[in-house]
Amino acid sequence: MTDDPSKAAASPTSETSSVTTTSAAAPTKKKAPKEKAAKNAIAKSDAKSGSKSGAKSGATKKAASKKAVPQPASKQAASASGSAATSSATQAGPSARPARGAFAAGAARASGERRRRSGTPLIPSAPVELSAARRLAAGAGADALADEVVSAVTEGPTEPETRGPATGASPARAARAGRGSPPTEPGDGAGTFEPVVGEAAGAETVEGETVEVLEVADAPETVDPADVLPAEPTPPRRPRPPRSAVRSTRRATPGEPARLRAVPPVEPIPTQAEGQAGDHGTRHTQTAQEGGWERALTSGLQSRAEKLVGAVLEGAEFSSESRPGPTELVELAVNVLRAAASSAGVPAEDVERQVAETLAYLRRRLTGDYVVDEFGFDEDYTVNVHLPLLRPFYKTWFRVEVRGIENIPDEGGALVVGNHSGTIAMDSLMTQVAVYDEHPRHRHLRMLGADLVFQMPFVGAMARRSGTTLAANSDAERLLSSGALVGVWPEGFKGVGKPFSERYKLQRFGRGGFVSAALRAGVPIVPVSIVGAEEIYPILGNMPAVARLLGLPYAPITPTFPLLGPLGMVPLPSKWLIEFGPPIETTSFGPEAADDPMLVFDLTDQVRETIQQTLYSLLMQRKSVFL
Amino acid sequence: MAKVVLVTGVSRYLGGLYARRLSTDPSIERILGVDVVPPKHSIGRAEFVRADIRNPMIGRIMAQAGVDTVVHMNVIATPKDTGGRVTQKEINVIGTMQLLAACQKSESVSRLVVKSSAAVYGSSPRDPAMFTEDMNPKTLPRTGFGKDSVEVEGYVRGFSRRRPDVEITMLRLANVVGPSIHTAITDYFALPLVPVPLGFDARFQFVHEDDATAAMILATTGPPAGIVNVAGDGFLTVTQCTAIARRPVVPVPLQAAGVIGNIVRRSGLADFSSDQLTFLAFGRGLDTSRMRSVLEFEPHFTTRGAFEDYARHLRPAVPGVEGVGEVVSDAAGGTAAALSRVFDRIQP
Repeated sequence: MTDDPSKAAASPTSETSSVTTTSAAAPTKKKAPKEKAAKNAIAKSDAKSGSKSGAKSGATKKAASKKAVPQPASKQAASASGSAATSSATQAGPSARPARGAFAAGAARASGERRRRSGTPLIPSAPVELSAARRLAAGAGADALADEVVSAVTEGPTEPETRGPATGASPARAARAGRGSPPTEPGDGAGTFEPVVGEAAGAETVEGETVEVLEVADAPETVDPADVLPAEPTPPRRPRPPRSAVRSTRRATPGEPARLRAVPPVEPIPTQAEGQAGDHGTRHTQTAQEGGWERALTSGLQSRAEKLVGAVLEGAEFSSESRPGPTELVELAVNVLRAAASSAGVPAEDVERQVAETLAYLRRRLTGDYVVDEFGFDEDYTVNVHLPLLRPFYKTWFRVEVRGIENIPDEGGALVVGNHSGTIAMDSLMTQVAVYDEHPRHRHLRMLGADLVFQMPFVGAMARRSGTTLAANSDAERLLSSGALVGVWPEGFKGVGKPFSERYKLQRFGRGGFVSAALRAGVPIVPVSIVGAEEIYPILGNMPAVARLLGLPYAPITPTFPLLGPLGMVPLPSKWLIEFGPPIETTSFGPEAADDPMLVFDLTDQVRETIQQTLYSLLMQRKSVFL
Repeated sequence: MAKVVLVTGVSRYLGGLYARRLSTDPSIERILGVDVVPPKHSIGRAEFVRADIRNPMIGRIMAQAGVDTVVHMNVIATPKDTGGRVTQKEINVIGTMQLLAACQKSESVSRLVVKSSAAVYGSSPRDPAMFTEDMNPKTLPRTGFGKDSVEVEGYVRGFSRRRPDVEITMLRLANVVGPSIHTAITDYFALPLVPVPLGFDARFQFVHEDDATAAMILATTGPPAGIVNVAGDGFLTVTQCTAIARRPVVPVPLQAAGVIGNIVRRSGLADFSSDQLTFLAFGRGLDTSRMRSVLEFEPHFTTRGAFEDYARHLRPAVPGVEGVGEVVSDAAGGTAAALSRVFDRIQP
């Protein structure tokens, strides 16, 4: 320690030598050095804590004091190291099971991480090749190897003593080492200790990796300039086996840095992902260090984390090789989706299909690739947006019960005539859903709306898109003669805006224009009676001044509306009954009958009476307004 | 049958196109192209006569040449090209008056073909979905080109009363679009940022410039048809149009549309009068059954086809935007690729 400053100048490559020392120390000094290290650490921290002057000496001191921190753990480490020693014997045997290469790699790096966190970063590392995040990620694999890690940790401190010269790195790095606090340490120390750990890891469970280690052990030292780092002026050289160990651990992540750099856009994301995974890993690490029993508890989680990180790393390596493309994007999205779906307990296929449909819809919207008919009806929108938005109301809120849907013809034009109520035209929307959902042919109900609807922004656009058109004879006849199913509510605003006291009393049915339209087109009239809509917003009063101001036919006062503000716009959840009556034929009268006002009035009255009678009978059958 | 044809507005794009097309018809003996400025484009074998239709001299030309068919294509929709609204109105209304007066005097004229516009139907929320030729507008256009068109049609109606022997065909063209023509609507969708009325999504019909010309040719040489709507099949909404033209939109409340319209007009990017703004909010539909049954014309382009043909020749809103898009999608693809691999592995 004392000659530290003088030799610190050595060179940036001193890291490599330090690496060698550490790893060299690992197999040879097992138990004894550890205890020594512990003592040393305490002693140093006591002695030197007061005097910090030069950057370098400061760094070493800090490092020493840091060493003191992990000391409590060293006891465990000591006990654990025994097992490490025994397992190192198994490592020697090349017969190791080959399966878990990635795992071992992860473990190696992980334990490096562990070491970094708990050990003293006395020896500054090689200029970092692996990104910090990557190493963090590696940490996740570590947990099973807690014992070895800790033993390695305790070894760390011993190094500086035995090999003073190596510790002194460039001043800047030393300073950094000094500055760093264990958790945020930028990873300088990690690189240094990695080798040791790698060996420890290999020693433990080990597997496939060992084989590699052995192979590399014989390899000449010239290998992998990238690994070893620029120029090896190599002041002090150390025995070979450890160096090979260094290489072997790096082999675990072969050529990573270079490749990652080669494909820049790919780089950030995987490291991010790993960084997250790494966080898990480190969390486990800390808990594992606290007590032996906790290790047992968390072992399940740990093994899962290992698997995950192994997969992540392999995936990342693989991805850096491939050329990005839109296919990957889709693959990724689908995978994420499937994972999310399965974790939520929903069949992945269903979710996938639904999302695919939604995306297809959005694509059509963005490219304008949909058809709008002459009335502005946009079937794509209606089926995918309009009806799905109304369905919760239809099914859950109003619990609509539909009767006589068979009275709507399977094809050809027909005029559906209904009673209007409910302050806003909710009844027509619900009838639209009823016809589409309940009818075996899923017919669209094309409604006729007042011109006020089309004057209003948004409302008008939505109405046109969902198939509503202006309530004019020309439009009605055009629709009916084209074979569409047309819905009309002839009471108009008189019906929707009538006070609650007049509920279920039909108002005048317009001027009978709907009848003449049906007569001209020769289509049947299907009366529909809707019960329940009257109660959704009971109109108790009107605010004529407000209505005039806003240009509306009425401004209702309901029990909740102006009182609760926007909350008052939530309709009351009444129970609905919609009954389609038997169709009234008009073909027998011929199209010229449309010009016979008497006949038109008679037919209008007949339709009106039918609806009124059906309403009464439905009201009799209804047990309660809300149930 | 048409032998000697006089075409007004031949220096304008559609007039020139018409003259070129008509030149290929061997049954036409002579084509006279009339305009106040010489045409910049070819007018085929048409003879250019520099004359102002606002001037009674046009009658002498007709008499000298023995014109039997007058094709009036000089109802101008874009005041920008002619030097302002005042000139536009002058040309449209006074020009038509003088031309029709000359026609009324002329012994030789036996057919009058007028290029009118669907703008005569106006545009309002109380419009029926489709206008047939016998329907009246719910709200009369009160300004600009729409009003001019209504007045022009009024004069033509008066002329038809006074000269019942003259066959009259008047085509109400939907908005003409195409790769080369410049109208208010093509300028509008060429804006780098398209202001659209907030909360409205009007339906449009378009007719391709080639179809418009072909319909005019048919009206000149074919049977007399009276008033006929001419439009491509199908509809497009404003949203669809901007999507096809790949233009970003900025929704503007209809109340503020006048102000925005003024700004756009002052900036010279596009030319919009207030009735065109309501057109953008409520749109319009034309019933084209008469076009098929009486004029016997079948447009080659649908509404969508015509607009797509126009949009194909539209420059991107921001130059170089494609390149940027590619770079972005490349980068996105890269990160996505990485992520996808990661998830591949995570997935059991």
